[in-house]
Amino acid sequence: MSRVPLEKKVLNEIDRLAAELRARFREHGILCLNLVSSPGAGKTTLLERTLEGFPPGERVAVLTGDIQTDNDARRLAGFGFPVRQITTGGACHLDARMIERALAGWRLDELDLLFIENVGNLVCPASYDLGEAAKVVILSVTEGDDKPLKYPAMFFRAELLVLSKTDLLPHVPFSLASARENALRVHPGMEILELSSMTGAGLESWRQWLEERCRAVRPATPAGPNLDRSPSS
Amino acid sequence: MHELSIASAILEAVQGEAVRRPGARLLKVGLRVGELAGVEPEALSFCFDSLVRGTELEPLTLEIETRPRRQLCPECGRTFRVVDYSIVCPDCGAAGTRCIGGNELEMVYLELEET
Repeated sequence: MSRVPLEKKVLNEIDRLAAELRARFREHGILCLNLVSSPGAGKTTLLERTLEGFPPGERVAVLTGDIQTDNDARRLAGFGFPVRQITTGGACHLDARMIERALAGWRLDELDLLFIENVGNLVCPASYDLGEAAKVVILSVTEGDDKPLKYPAMFFRAELLVLSKTDLLPHVPFSLASARENALRVHPGMEILELSSMTGAGLESWRQWLEERCRAVRPATPAGPNLDRSPSS
Repeated sequence: MHELSIASAILEAVQGEAVRRPGARLLKVGLRVGELAGVEPEALSFCFDSLVRGTELEPLTLEIETRPRRQLCPECGRTFRVVDYSIVCPDCGAAGTRCIGGNELEMVYLELEET
């Protein structure tokens, strides 16, 4: 009997594909964000409010993943930006292969911002790199403020925590302070925003965060055809 | 339940190794899983065994070594295991420690019998 050393990442192949996607996004100056949360935390509604706030012609697109139905794509398609549904047919997460397939036919040089709305699940999507610049985890106040401790992998990997549905705070025993503290325990330095997609409170700081992140990935082109790509135009 | 797709990825890689060693009987694959990897070892073993059963890969088994989250203190150089999420350095009290382990999802070895 012999033992052969492997020292190989399990998701090697899919990680390689994710790295390729990341390189493509970077090359085109696209900010790709992977939105993750449990089901019903408000990913789609936040995207609706976000798309609604963009002027026509904004170079933004959405890939939205669900196990079944194209309900989310239909909700998001009304804003005039490219939207595609990825139906996983049972899989509890999106992976880089699905993203690559879904992007086929889209001209990446026409995009500045790509949202990927993952399947609602606080566990599995944490293990899959989609080539995104950052994961954004959304936690609604109708869930528990101890979720970061219960699902540390996700909160550890996400760069931004969005505490959503803050309009419901008067009705639920959710402590924003504990949620923040728990998130920072798992992920020190994590950025945290609070917002309500219903009332619009806090949406401005979300937009600012997006704008800053977009600016950070845009290739520095002091002159040339890309000058008309200011985020607010 | 993404453990099934992870089990399939492991078997794919193992089969890739098997092609390079024709005639070898595969016995065991060793896996390292960090506590931050988001993978449940018991579910993974269950999926792995289910995929192997009744195939030419039998009697291949999976051995999982779990790894705790570990931090490095840049102030005093101490590395320590994280207990109850506290990432403050137990020696010097520095808060800005860096994660250096616990993220692993790696195949470590393949045990086989050359025939």
